[in-house]
Amino acid sequence: MSLQAHRLTCIRGDLQLFADLSFDVQPGDALWVSGTNGSGKTSLLRMLCGLAEPAEGEVHWQGRNIRSLREEFCSKLIYIGHANGVKDDLLAWENLVISTTLAGRPVSEDEAHDALQQLGLGRAADLPTRALSQGQRKRVALARLSLGLDMPLWILDEPFTALDRSAVSALCGTIGKHLAGGGMVIYTTHQEIDLSAKRALRLDMNAGRLC
Amino acid sequence: MCVIRRDLLLAFRRRSDVLTTLFFFIIVASLFPLGVGPEPQLLRTMAPGILWVAALLASMLALGRLFALDYADGTLEQMVLSSEPLTIIVIGKVIAHWIVSGLPLVLLAPVLAVQFDLPSSSVAVLFVSLLLGTPVLSLVGSIGAALTLGVRGGGVLVSLLVLPLYIPVLIFGAGSVGAEVSGVGAAAHLMLLGGALAGAAALAPWATAAGLRIAVE
Repeated sequence: MSLQAHRLTCIRGDLQLFADLSFDVQPGDALWVSGTNGSGKTSLLRMLCGLAEPAEGEVHWQGRNIRSLREEFCSKLIYIGHANGVKDDLLAWENLVISTTLAGRPVSEDEAHDALQQLGLGRAADLPTRALSQGQRKRVALARLSLGLDMPLWILDEPFTALDRSAVSALCGTIGKHLAGGGMVIYTTHQEIDLSAKRALRLDMNAGRLC
Repeated sequence: MCVIRRDLLLAFRRRSDVLTTLFFFIIVASLFPLGVGPEPQLLRTMAPGILWVAALLASMLALGRLFALDYADGTLEQMVLSSEPLTIIVIGKVIAHWIVSGLPLVLLAPVLAVQFDLPSSSVAVLFVSLLLGTPVLSLVGSIGAALTLGVRGGGVLVSLLVLPLYIPVLIFGAGSVGAEVSGVGAAAHLMLLGGALAGAAALAPWATAAGLRIAVE
C-alpha cells in the first residue's frame, strides 16, 4: 500500500502554484505539507484525494491511477478539509453517524457517542451543532478519525486549527495510533506538531521539494 | 439510502423552507379564481394550465436548496469522495427533494382543483399527470442546480437553463387534463409523460453527478 505523486503541476489562472512535485508515501509515514499561505497546500491535498485534477502529472495508489480506481480509492481514504461538512441542523452524534455512513463505514449511535466522548464532547453530543463553538465543531468533524482507524490513508487539511491544547494532544494520539498501525497521514499545519511517525516527511511547498 | 433519510431529516429540521414552496403554490393557484372572476366555464378551461404552471414554478423555487447548502458546508466534497457511486447519492437526493417539494404539490392539487370546479374525472387525470410530471421536474432541475453551483446569480441562471426543458412537461401535463375535459382521453399525454420520466430517471442522475464533480473541483 502506498501513495505516489508523479510530477504534479498545479496552475490557477495564469499562476503556476507548483510544478514537477513527486513523492512517495509508505505505510507508517506522516507527510507534513508546509508552506506559506497561498503556496498551494490545499490544492495539493485536493489533488491527492481526487477532488481536483492536476494540470499535469498523476497520483497513484498501489501503482494505479486514482482516476481509474475512483470509489475503490475513496473507500480507503478519509479527507477532512477546511469546510468540514458538519451540518448545523443535525445533532453532533447524528453528524458523525451520517458522515461515516456516507464514507461507507456506518457506525451506531453508541459508537458515535463514545468517539465524541473521547474528544471531550460528552455533553455536547446531543446538541445541534449550530450551538457549538468553532473548535467543538472541528472536533465533531475530527471524531470520524478515531472511528476510521482501518482506513489506511488520512488527508487532513489544517486539522489543528481552532483546537485547544488538550484536543491537539488527543488528536496527535489518534494520529500516532493510526501511524503505528501502518496508516498514512498527509496533513498541513502552521504549528510545530510532533507525531510519533516511523518516517516523518516534510514537503516544503515554497521550495517545491521534500526536506 | 441513508442520503434520503438524512435529507428528509434536514428538511424536517428546516420546515419553514419547505412550507414556503407549498404556500407559494397555494397562493398562486388561489389568486387566479379571485383575479379572473367567478365564470365557471372560463375557470374550468384555465384550471389545468394554472395548476401546472404554479406547480412548475414552485418546484423551480425549491431547486436552489437541492445542493447549495451541501456545497457551502463541504458535505458535497464528502459525497464525491464517498465509497458509494456519486450517481446513487444523486438519485437519493433527488428522491428526497421530490418527497419534500414535489409530492405535497401532487397531493394538494386535487384540493385546489375544487376552486376551479373541475369534474372529478379531470381531477384524477390532473393527479396522475402531476404524479408523473413532478419527478421529471426534480430530475431535470437537478442538472441545472448542479451546473450553477457556486455561480453568482445562479438562481436566475438555473431558471434560464431549466425552463426550456420544463416546457414539454408542462405542455403534456396540462394537455392531458385538457384532453380529458374535451373527451379525447388523456392516455396518450400520460404515456408521453411516463416516457419523459423514464428517460429523465435514466439520464439525469449521470449528468447531475458529472456537474457536481465539476462544481467541487
